Amino acid sequence: MSASADGGSAGTQHRGTRGQTAASAAGLPGRRRAEVTMVPDARPSSYYGRPIIKDPVWTWEIPVYFFSGGVAGASGGLGLAAEVLGNQRLARRAWTSALAGALASPVLLISDLGRPARFLNMLRMVKLTSPMSVGSWVLTLSGGCTTLAAARSWLGWFPRLGAVGKLGAAALGPFLATYTGVLLSDTAVPVWHEGRRELPFAFGGSAMASAGAAASVLTPVADAGPARRLAVAGVVLEGAAMEVMERRLGELAEPYRSGEGRRYARASRALNALGAATLALAGRRRRAAAVAGGAAVMAGALCERWAVFRAGFQSARDPRYTVGPQRERLEQRCAAAPA
Amino acid sequence: MADGYSLETHAWPGSYGEEAQPRMGFFTDTSVCIGCKACEVACKEWNGVPEDGLTFTAQSYDNTGGLGADTWRHVAFVEQRRPLGVQDARPGALVQDAALSQLAEEAGLPPQADGEGLRWLMSSDVCKHCTHAACLDVCPTGALFRTEYGTVVVQEDVCNGCGYCIPACPFGVLDQRERDGRAWKCTLCYDRLKDGEEPACAKACPTDSIQFGELAELRERAQGRVHELQRSGETEARLYGEDPGDGVGGFGAFFLLLDEPEVYGLPPDPVVTTRDLPGMYATMAMAAGAVAAGIVAAFAGGRR
Repeated sequence: MSASADGGSAGTQHRGTRGQTAASAAGLPGRRRAEVTMVPDARPSSYYGRPIIKDPVWTWEIPVYFFSGGVAGASGGLGLAAEVLGNQRLARRAWTSALAGALASPVLLISDLGRPARFLNMLRMVKLTSPMSVGSWVLTLSGGCTTLAAARSWLGWFPRLGAVGKLGAAALGPFLATYTGVLLSDTAVPVWHEGRRELPFAFGGSAMASAGAAASVLTPVADAGPARRLAVAGVVLEGAAMEVMERRLGELAEPYRSGEGRRYARASRALNALGAATLALAGRRRRAAAVAGGAAVMAGALCERWAVFRAGFQSARDPRYTVGPQRERLEQRCAAAPA
Repeated sequence: MADGYSLETHAWPGSYGEEAQPRMGFFTDTSVCIGCKACEVACKEWNGVPEDGLTFTAQSYDNTGGLGADTWRHVAFVEQRRPLGVQDARPGALVQDAALSQLAEEAGLPPQADGEGLRWLMSSDVCKHCTHAACLDVCPTGALFRTEYGTVVVQEDVCNGCGYCIPACPFGVLDQRERDGRAWKCTLCYDRLKDGEEPACAKACPTDSIQFGELAELRERAQGRVHELQRSGETEARLYGEDPGDGVGGFGAFFLLLDEPEVYGLPPDPVVTTRDLPGMYATMAMAAGAVAAGIVAAFAGGRR
């Protein structure tokens, strides 16, 4: 596909070929869109090529929060499991990265708000129809739990509350790591909504990967075995979920194959593969290898979030992605209905 | 009047009890829109919506572009040429077509007769006040709410500018106001409704293209109008958003269009994505289980 999928293709929106299939008549991306025909399409796919839905207004803080929330979420469970099994060195470091993620996350989210001073309005109500409301509560509660757990682990404070905090952080963590997939899926952005079956797995996988990687970086290699295995397992889950998603999306996945989406998706795959291989092969012997491998896996997880984030913008901006599948759905419904 | 309370939403009329009012809405009959933009102006004036840039889009007579934080009514101008007469390879603006026609004439080709195969579609777009509104569902602060008239309104003193409603709307109605940070959209003139007045746009519309009233009554009127148009040969006339069985449960502000919705920049089959939320939460639970299982499995190979 040589033509870009951004607004620059607006001039081709009104063209089409007579006698095409429903999908391509409605302007779904396909090989035929480069053709210029002599007959103006009687059914243009949009109004002057303008987008039908709005771009999200979220800025860089949001994908970075997906990363920090993921680190916090998966580190809690890692910390508790290590502690229960008697690996205190790993546990302490896992609680450190959990705390770092839990402290960075609200700062990022508040800074993205249009009215940061009103951030407390997020806790005005518990609203199950809003993944953001659910997520705000999960983040608040797990952040509190993580703070208690880290204080207990490093400073020995709060013996009883600390134990509650550890359990709470470990129990809420997996939800903190995966709800962000639902947050994106519950929008009209085609590449996000249609990826709803895989996005929570992709984000959960990269949360595992980055939590494992962070603990591998911070922990002496002799004690970091479970962290390395978690990182590798996360990379595998993340990669598999993204692959399944792209395949199932079909033509809708074009934003992952062009422009920024493609660049970051490729970078993520490369960094993940390199980092996981380094951690698995050399990470158990040399700390330097563990640090390098862990850093690469974390960078890969960040790139994955950025790829998904930017692909959403690409998909929102081009009306073909909005109109095409809807038109196809209508044609199918018409065909199914008795004449 | 019991009819006025049909087309129930999640919160209306149920949660209002005695205070519930009949569901109010718009029927925008685009077949009589003359593109005067009085609705755009009246809306801005009444609601104190700020100026949002004086731009020249070169897209027919539309320099507004689309709905947004500072545009709550938008008049679309669609220039259509049916494939008749001179066939040009680059369908563009009327001026281009005119130039091509002149060229064709000079070259001795058969020119296009006056007005042949050419039409303008004009349509005043607005927030649809969906029966199942995605913006309202996803709003985490409760700033968006369902009024006693069944309409959807943003409370500007509650909105914290999280921006979730903006990509959630399947029509691209809401947007964030610059230097303000909050999300804004049509209120169906909630303040005027409370005083028994019709919304500013409907009041200003000189051709009654924008009709305001009880939704149940508007729906009946619209059925009559579309049949009348079809009988008189306008076979493409159709209602958009009147079907309570559609993906958003029907619109509180629906339309009569003369072509496919996408021609006007409207989605042909909009869906409220929260419809799929139970399934999405189930996926999240499975993914969370996978994360927990992954952590446990990481210790299966040894605790160090």
